[in-house]
Amino acid sequence: MSALRAGVEFEVVIGLEIHVQLLTSSKMFCACPTTFGAPPNTQVCPVCLGLPGSLPVLNGRAVDLGVRTAVALNCTVHPQSRFHRKNYYYPDLPKNYQVTQYQYLVHPPLATGGWMEIAAGGRRRRIGIRRVHLEEDTGRLVHPGHGRYSLVDYNRSGVPLMEIVTDPDLRAPQEARTFLARLRAVLQAIGVSTGRMEEGSLRVDANVSLRRFGEALGTRTEVKNMNSLRSVERALLFEVARQRQVLTAGGAVEQETRHWDEDRGVTFASRSKEEAQDYRYFPEPDLVPLVVPRTAAEAAAMGVTAVKAVEEVREDLPELPEQRRQRYLRDFGLSEYDADLVTSSASMAAFFEETVRRFPQPKTVSNWLVGDVTAYLNAEGRELEDLPVTPDHLAELLRLIEAGTVSGRTAKELLPEILASGARPGDLVRARGLAQISDREALQAVVEEVVREYPAPVADVRAGKTQAMTFLVGQVMKKTRGRANPEMVTALLREHLRSP
Amino acid sequence: MKDNLCTVDFPTTCGSRILGRWISPYDATVVARLRRAGAIVIGKTNLDEFAMGSSTENSAFGPTRNPWDPSRVPGGSSGGSAAAVAASFVPLALGSDTGGSIRQPAGFCGVVGLKPTYGRVSRYGLVAFASSLDQVGPLAATVADAALLLGVIAGGDPRDSTSVEAPVPDYTQSLTGTVRGLRIGLAREAFGEGLDSTVRDAVMAASRVLEAHGAEVMEVSLPTIAYALPTYYLLATSEASTNLARYDGVRYGLRAAAPDLYAMYTRTRRDGFGAEVKRRIMLGTYALSAGYYEGFFLKAQRVRTLVRSDFARAFEQVDLVLMPTSPTVPFRLGEKVEDPLQMYLADVYTIPVNLAGLPGISVPCGLAGGLPIGLQLIGRPFDEETVLRAAHAYEQATEWHRRRPPLDGAGDETARQGGGRR
Repeated sequence: MSALRAGVEFEVVIGLEIHVQLLTSSKMFCACPTTFGAPPNTQVCPVCLGLPGSLPVLNGRAVDLGVRTAVALNCTVHPQSRFHRKNYYYPDLPKNYQVTQYQYLVHPPLATGGWMEIAAGGRRRRIGIRRVHLEEDTGRLVHPGHGRYSLVDYNRSGVPLMEIVTDPDLRAPQEARTFLARLRAVLQAIGVSTGRMEEGSLRVDANVSLRRFGEALGTRTEVKNMNSLRSVERALLFEVARQRQVLTAGGAVEQETRHWDEDRGVTFASRSKEEAQDYRYFPEPDLVPLVVPRTAAEAAAMGVTAVKAVEEVREDLPELPEQRRQRYLRDFGLSEYDADLVTSSASMAAFFEETVRRFPQPKTVSNWLVGDVTAYLNAEGRELEDLPVTPDHLAELLRLIEAGTVSGRTAKELLPEILASGARPGDLVRARGLAQISDREALQAVVEEVVREYPAPVADVRAGKTQAMTFLVGQVMKKTRGRANPEMVTALLREHLRSP
Repeated sequence: MKDNLCTVDFPTTCGSRILGRWISPYDATVVARLRRAGAIVIGKTNLDEFAMGSSTENSAFGPTRNPWDPSRVPGGSSGGSAAAVAASFVPLALGSDTGGSIRQPAGFCGVVGLKPTYGRVSRYGLVAFASSLDQVGPLAATVADAALLLGVIAGGDPRDSTSVEAPVPDYTQSLTGTVRGLRIGLAREAFGEGLDSTVRDAVMAASRVLEAHGAEVMEVSLPTIAYALPTYYLLATSEASTNLARYDGVRYGLRAAAPDLYAMYTRTRRDGFGAEVKRRIMLGTYALSAGYYEGFFLKAQRVRTLVRSDFARAFEQVDLVLMPTSPTVPFRLGEKVEDPLQMYLADVYTIPVNLAGLPGISVPCGLAGGLPIGLQLIGRPFDEETVLRAAHAYEQATEWHRRRPPLDGAGDETARQGGGRR
């Protein structure tokens, strides 16, 4: 009872900071490649190693991708922004400062003041996007020396990153997950990011606090180290429960950074209590202000060639998930719920459309994708694009059902195997002898057998008790190990019982 | 080459212990351009550690001495380059100028030194001291040589975003030998307190020479240059404090033995940096710190804008601004080492030019007690041509550039003809 009361007393407030590795072929400030997984320190040069005398040169492509994102997230792109140095010492940071865009009144970041819509709490809500800015990634430390030494790989040093910061508009862990899935779909749709959290190309930090309704924001904690959408939701659920417990017991939440431990399912405070860091931000003197023209005409007038104008970027944008959702509602007649889920990732939407092209029953296709396929992905913690399965597989399976070759139930049972192995549904059905028995004479024999064996239910049906019919159908299915075509069995039973 | 310019064939030390025997894997853009033009790099020249100083005494490798009087400093921080040209070791040298580091040693050593407009010459491969002020430039025995050298190194560089893609004129074409019709402004504030009378006399005499040759000389006012020195020491040190953060023992150069990372950082930097560098890193770190940023760094940025507007206003009336390069003749080694503020004042006339990003030249304009005096001419942004033209005309009208230091022990003001020197 009290736990329930506590549950309604607090409002959950979540804001997200998302770091996105941009899909550029070269780094933010030099020409080194950004390929993932190259041998250590093979994708480096004087600039990304921070050698004495080297200077950064901004990657115009990274700016374009940042502007693309800003436009897709309804932000205001600032005609002029600046880069800043964020000063701190760490061996993975070759210059001991990171070039980033800090928010000063006089020097805005790339873009601010946007929003993205999500389905939350049964309605559609706008989540505010506070800012979108560009920065460089750090190198990576590895610790093979059992505490005696560490090694640094600078391949990642200088890889273009974009940071997206939301307003504290999310009200539940589930909403945070929904938002992230939606954001990832947007980033994939506009070709800005692979969105692969497990490779670190999308990294999420979450700020969480609780407050009593109507009161000022509570003290927040920052939760880090979540490497899938699911772990974001789990970590937030844990953290909300933890804070609720602290507050309900009359305690105070400490402002701190907490790490998510996936295996133990808990968040824990970082061992070394960070003192308040002074990053001594100041404008990066090695870079000139970043100018993003509004229109192509403006760009020509200013002589800007390295960066695309905002309006050009806007015109180039492909269909966004939100537009796609509207189209699915309109053209395919999907429900709000299905349209939302089918457009939840670029790969899911593409899979849906490809399958519909091969099996033109959009609602059936979306039922399968939103239902069994999504359930499988969630359970396995995998993404559709990681699986060997193609739209051809699903279309083939659906055609087998439609033709009556397999029952819906058999198809559902086969699905995980098809998804995991990429086996052709038709081959599986043949190899396992799972084809549905639609042969009238074969079924007739089984039906007669059941009628003989269960006189009482037969009498019930004749007396008008329809539940008994379900029982009889079930017995036929049992005798055929589920392979009987249930519609045909029902029809045969009816015929049989009408003529004694 | 001043030893803060990266070269693949010599170590680049910046006059510091912290870089050890580090050899750059690449040539600075200016070095590459010179090599391509057929120049031969014969060595690296001494400097104040990371170009921080006005006497070339702050070098981990010991001081450089003034060829005119070995008991005196050659100026700094490009003291090695200035002394090498003055002593005729080389006809041409490169220096870098953040607050006067080309012009002041050129003045002290009786040679020509030019700081180009900020953005005129690529900084790629110049080890940064203060990025928004640093600029590479020539030191030479004559204005014509300086003009030739500038022509080779000037021009935009895709590796330096702050360099400017403006066409590079043939600077030798601007050496017309005449100043007729040029309006030259004497900066009133540069002739007040703190200026040696011998320097004042020499510089005033130089202005009369220019006037006699057809220039129109008038007084101009640059009221905010009085604040240039403190402004500079906030901005330059702020930038330096983060530019020098990379020398931490992790990747190259000196690494002190230590039990853990933090100790390695602190010991490496304790052992690797000299006193002046440490002083400036601390000053800059302070100026950028939370709570002080607005009062120091931001305020200094605003004053910098005022200095720039002062010059812009002056350039509405005149084509060039004239003032001394330095308030004194070369001082003795050790004379100002214990008093940083006195040392900083050696750059009081050169610093405003860096804050405003303008081109400035120092040409020899006299000797006092056998020690050289420099005349500074400052031009509009990217108008190195007018600067060179006036400096050249002055040079042609006087004999000062023909004076050489008495290196053969034959006396104070041995005049040698240029003969084999060029």
